Amino acid sequence: MRLALLALLARGPAHGYELKQDLEQLLGSAYPQPNVGQIYVTLGRLEKTGLIEGEEVEQSSRPNKKIYHLTDAGRDELRAWYEETADEPRVRDEFFMKLALAPQTGLADQIALINRQRRQYLNTMRSLSKLAATENRDNRISQLLIEGAMLHLQADLDWLERCQEELEEPQ
Amino acid sequence: MSDRPVPLLRAEGLVKTHHGEGAPAHAVRGVDLRVRGGEFVAITGPSGAGKSTLLHLLGGLQRPDSGSLWLDGERTDAYSESRWAVERRKRIGIVFQFFNLVSNLSVADNVELPALLAGLSPRQARAEREGLLAELGLAGKDRSMPGELSGGEQQRVALARALVNRPPLLLADEPAGSLDSKGTREVMRLLSRFHQRGQTIVLVTHDARLASAADRVISFFDGRIADDAELDGTPSRATGISGVLELKD
Repeated sequence: MRLALLALLARGPAHGYELKQDLEQLLGSAYPQPNVGQIYVTLGRLEKTGLIEGEEVEQSSRPNKKIYHLTDAGRDELRAWYEETADEPRVRDEFFMKLALAPQTGLADQIALINRQRRQYLNTMRSLSKLAATENRDNRISQLLIEGAMLHLQADLDWLERCQEELEEPQ
Repeated sequence: MSDRPVPLLRAEGLVKTHHGEGAPAHAVRGVDLRVRGGEFVAITGPSGAGKSTLLHLLGGLQRPDSGSLWLDGERTDAYSESRWAVERRKRIGIVFQFFNLVSNLSVADNVELPALLAGLSPRQARAEREGLLAELGLAGKDRSMPGELSGGEQQRVALARALVNRPPLLLADEPAGSLDSKGTREVMRLLSRFHQRGQTIVLVTHDARLASAADRVISFFDGRIADDAELDGTPSRATGISGVLELKD
């Protein structure tokens, strides 16, 4: 959220609620709606570290609002963010540990674990398909977000399949 | 069992072994399956697991070594080749990975041929064809030859051909297997749409995205059913879909 807010402010000054709306419009309803309280807390922290500055603006019939703008330090931070590549997604390590350790515990069957995990992934995949169908088709960013989640899930499902092929007792 | 309605499709103890060069391949090793009318069932699994063979057994394209099959309560495993051919025109529609359209017939003729063979008048066949092609976004393509169409379009023609006689059961064997991502989504959307109107579908696919359009997913490994799960679309954990989509810092 921190860097996303900085990036939104690179375009020009804005107040907290505007930033929330910008984010929603960009990412569509697929993205879990950022909570406005979270946004204000993050803005407060960014201001404390000198990456943005806020300016109180008086409003006639409502409490003052604070308009934020990016500082030079903030712009440098953002530039550095764009300079580096992002980390790779990680294997579902909690599930992997469960699977790897199952035979030693005698508490769970590996194939049953895989089957249960697959059901969960498939249900999530189904929700994502439905979301992709209901989300505005013209919002490419939002569609790409959903497609990315589906492709990751597909890779996880393929990997479960490999686990099952390897671990299934030959009969 | 008597309190349950007769399943549209039922298989008991299906076994099929391929005898090629080398060791015999046990493609299907004892499958029991019931598909109710209106269900959309996906069969997934790694390649070589025998899922396509299973589908071929269900559609009478191959014969089981042992086991029994019922279509709408009627035993079908003793049907002759010609009887199966009739069933595949009237009660079972099939789409394949590589479309299998007749390359020297126009789109219109490809779709109308099975309707004419099933006894529809030329006028009825044309009306059915026009309706389906329009529905599948192919209006205006009726005079095209299959080779002039994209893969996604050819698969839609194949879908029209499979459905022209309004068969109660649609079998689909890797229908998106030779399509790109856009074509896959298109097939997924169309199968879902026909399913919503009550079409019973059994789909074989290795693509989990496609499988998730079904409301029941059977995992097939090494010739056997390893899991048979109803999908209700609600992830079981609280994080669920928003946890999957959430972008972290």
